[in-house]
Amino acid sequence: MPEALPSTEAYLMLSGTLFAVGLIGVVIRRNMITVLMAIELMLNAVNINLVAFSYRLASLEGQVFTIFVITVAAGEAAVGLAIIIQLYRLRSTINVDEARTLNG
Amino acid sequence: MTPAFAVFLIIGTIAVASSILVISMRNPVHSALFLLLTFLCVAVLFVMKSAEFVAAVQVLVYAGGIMVLFLFVVMLINVRHLPDEKVLSNFWKGGFAVGAGVLILLATIVRPGVYHDERMDKSRLTHVSERIWTESHKTPGKYVYRRVSRTNANSEAVGMALYQTYLVPFEVASLFLLVAMIGAIVIGKRELSAVEEETAQQFILDRVETEKEVKEAVNA
Repeated sequence: MPEALPSTEAYLMLSGTLFAVGLIGVVIRRNMITVLMAIELMLNAVNINLVAFSYRLASLEGQVFTIFVITVAAGEAAVGLAIIIQLYRLRSTINVDEARTLNG
Repeated sequence: MTPAFAVFLIIGTIAVASSILVISMRNPVHSALFLLLTFLCVAVLFVMKSAEFVAAVQVLVYAGGIMVLFLFVVMLINVRHLPDEKVLSNFWKGGFAVGAGVLILLATIVRPGVYHDERMDKSRLTHVSERIWTESHKTPGKYVYRRVSRTNANSEAVGMALYQTYLVPFEVASLFLLVAMIGAIVIGKRELSAVEEETAQQFILDRVETEKEVKEAVNA
């Protein structure tokens, strides 16, 4: 019998804390690069959740979904950073609050 | 308190502390480095839940790929030239309130005994069993199917699931990556200015001319 691992609930608390930190970062920061990093934090918190339940239910589906989430995170980071670079070229700023040209 | 729980506490504390530092650092490079620390801590947590392959992918893709992408963009954007502005957004109070609300909500949801019962037999996560076409032990020269099973094979088990049950989603993910790559290239491409548009052709022609001369000089 292997020694008792930290429970699923402990993992869920940790992932909830990381998710809340990421959410706060998305809302309060003005620097667009940091906002993107906070989004990555939130996706990572979701991954912790998936892996914890995958272990609890002894099912591989959670780990497979985690890999897909990581794929989506990579694509999202690439496109988001391209948008940031283009915004910097056009407006010389990476401030979220000033990127409101579409707003009129 | 078991040693595993002590490790969880330490790693979890580091992960939460560095994630808070990610969103509170002024310089994006420092944020990126603390994000790297968070990703590595999360990889350790994955290993503890016997998800070794996912932990390896986490280190390779997040800590390797995405982090390099972030640092490249930070280098392309000259942070020092940006005007010295406020770090916090105008509605930071609302942001903290929403974050605290979500945290309280999640903490109230997470209670022991409200999920599915834990399945004690964890062999599906690390156990692979397959039929292989191999030479028979009894009669050499005769080939038969034999069932082999391996333990401690998390990567193999995930690979089996990815390429058998989840083959179509896997291919869709590869298509998604291709589309994301093309989209990033198209969005990030710089439009040439009128002067560059005119001189670009001449530049290439000059280059070809120079190479021709170099080749002739070498041959001569």
